[in-house]
Amino acid sequence: MATLTLDNVRKSFGATDVIHGVDIDVQEGEFIVIVGPSGCGKSTLLRMVAGLEGISSGEIRINGKRVNEAEPSARDIAMVFQNYALYPHMSVFDNMAYGLKIAKTPKDEIAARVATAAKLLQLQPYLDRRPRELSGGQRQRVAMGRAIVRKPAVFLFDEPLSNLDAKLRVQMRLEIKQLQRELGVTSLYVTHDQVEAMTLADRMIVMNAGVADQIGKPLEVYENPQTEFVAGFIGSPATNFVPAGSVGVSVGTTVGIRPEHIKLSAEPSRLQARVAYCEALGAETLVHLRLDNGQLVTVRQGGHLPLPTEGTDLWMGWHDASMMVFGEDGRRINAV
Amino acid sequence: MSEHSGMVQKRGIGHWFTHLGLIIGVLFIFFPIWLAFVASTVTQPEIVRPPMPLLPGGHFIENYSKALFSGVNAPVALMMMNSLIMALGITIGKIIISLMSAFAIVYFRFPGRTIFFWLIFLTLMLPVEVRIVPTYQVIANFGMLNSYSGLIFPLIASATATFLFRQFFLTVPDELTEAARVDGASPMQFFWHILLPMSRTNIAALFVILFIYGWNQYLWPLLITTDPSMNTIVMGIRQMFPSGDDLADWPVIMATSILAMVPPVIVVISMQKFFIRGLIDSEK
Repeated sequence: MATLTLDNVRKSFGATDVIHGVDIDVQEGEFIVIVGPSGCGKSTLLRMVAGLEGISSGEIRINGKRVNEAEPSARDIAMVFQNYALYPHMSVFDNMAYGLKIAKTPKDEIAARVATAAKLLQLQPYLDRRPRELSGGQRQRVAMGRAIVRKPAVFLFDEPLSNLDAKLRVQMRLEIKQLQRELGVTSLYVTHDQVEAMTLADRMIVMNAGVADQIGKPLEVYENPQTEFVAGFIGSPATNFVPAGSVGVSVGTTVGIRPEHIKLSAEPSRLQARVAYCEALGAETLVHLRLDNGQLVTVRQGGHLPLPTEGTDLWMGWHDASMMVFGEDGRRINAV
Repeated sequence: MSEHSGMVQKRGIGHWFTHLGLIIGVLFIFFPIWLAFVASTVTQPEIVRPPMPLLPGGHFIENYSKALFSGVNAPVALMMMNSLIMALGITIGKIIISLMSAFAIVYFRFPGRTIFFWLIFLTLMLPVEVRIVPTYQVIANFGMLNSYSGLIFPLIASATATFLFRQFFLTVPDELTEAARVDGASPMQFFWHILLPMSRTNIAALFVILFIYGWNQYLWPLLITTDPSMNTIVMGIRQMFPSGDDLADWPVIMATSILAMVPPVIVVISMQKFFIRGLIDSEK
């Protein structure tokens, strides 16, 4: 177990800045998820921690020790790659044991550690197989097994579930969570999927264009986004944004309201819109309405409520507390 | 689509014509080899007297043992050994050199990397025949005429093989290299433990191609070996033709030709499985 500290870490490729100074303090055993759209620098940040990418300025410390110049293998980390990166010509056993063999670990200890990891991941029947004889989920497990046997201070995950189908992704998500709890290893996990971020993270970091927009517990981030970007990125369906003036708010430029906070009714309320179409999902219904200016607004309501007829004009209402007001720079103005 | 779908399964008149065409083609190519084999099993007078025999005679053992153990200038067994040493030397040397240079070019950033690559690539346009005179000069100055090193070294540097390995290494995912780095493998450990085993089908395919290339070398051995004991079999056949009015010993020459074909055939057949795999899949 270990702590991981990023201190004003920056990265630039030539004149282009990719990471504009990120500060994170990861506690022992904490599961941190870095989430953001593609190109926001989240993978680069992870690779910098791994030592696969140089650090332009700032400092990365593992257990308080500066590792900027250390080789990946000397940093006491293990990484799970997006495409698993298993050695195709080696058996599952050898894939997991390779790092230990390189480190000249005694043979019986290698066997014991691999056996433990295989048991934990239910890989015992497959130890003699080659990666190509395994399914996607099994390969994913082998990749995790390879990380586990090293007994690292920090686990690094680079979008490990993005190559799996939807059902398997949900299952593996749970397994990763359980495993991390069981082992208690400090973890840094990169994903573009906000559902993964919400479900896995002890704390999450929302990245936008090389900047950590917000760091916090998933529900905190969800309920109290600090920037317009975070409000729009976290949560599905996405937050609705309307000009502040149109709903009678005098400060700020934009107001964000989550779809589930809007109530529809025929009685005059805050904003009128025409029902464009409805998506009934069973437990809930998504109603898409068009404002006068042509903008679409999504409302999420319970599946038991009657479906509004398409083409009718309805009023949308919400509590003052659920309004998120953002200034011109995208920062939250009425922060709680 | 019927249950016999695809072009290969299609039956009918076209099917028979295709096979007929293939059979004629095979006969056409095989006929000279058959004639050579027949000629190697009969006596000299039988060959010279028309019509030429089309069925094997009874002198197989006699002719072949004469070729193998006494030959015309040098015993064929010796020439085959020379050829084998040269072909294996060229093959193994080329594979080692090109693996190493491709590894350097793909995985290391060093000054002049691109220039070196293009220099290697440039030599593709300079086959042995083009650079034969200066190469001869160099080898002669090193005193390597009539030696195995003289036969092997000038043919080792190979752009083709380097290029092939480079292309293969480029298809190896970067993540694999990174995983090895995280596992703590040094560059050479990565090369030995991961890259080399992954390239084995490519190596096998190259082995076949290069072995035949080495075995079939004609001009270079002809130029630098004057001592009959250093003759290789492919050029040795030519040396068996008499100069002046002597009579050619056709049965022995033909036996030598047939013997010259055997090792490449063995190599191709025994490595066929790897060879085809190496050419068609990159095994990821």
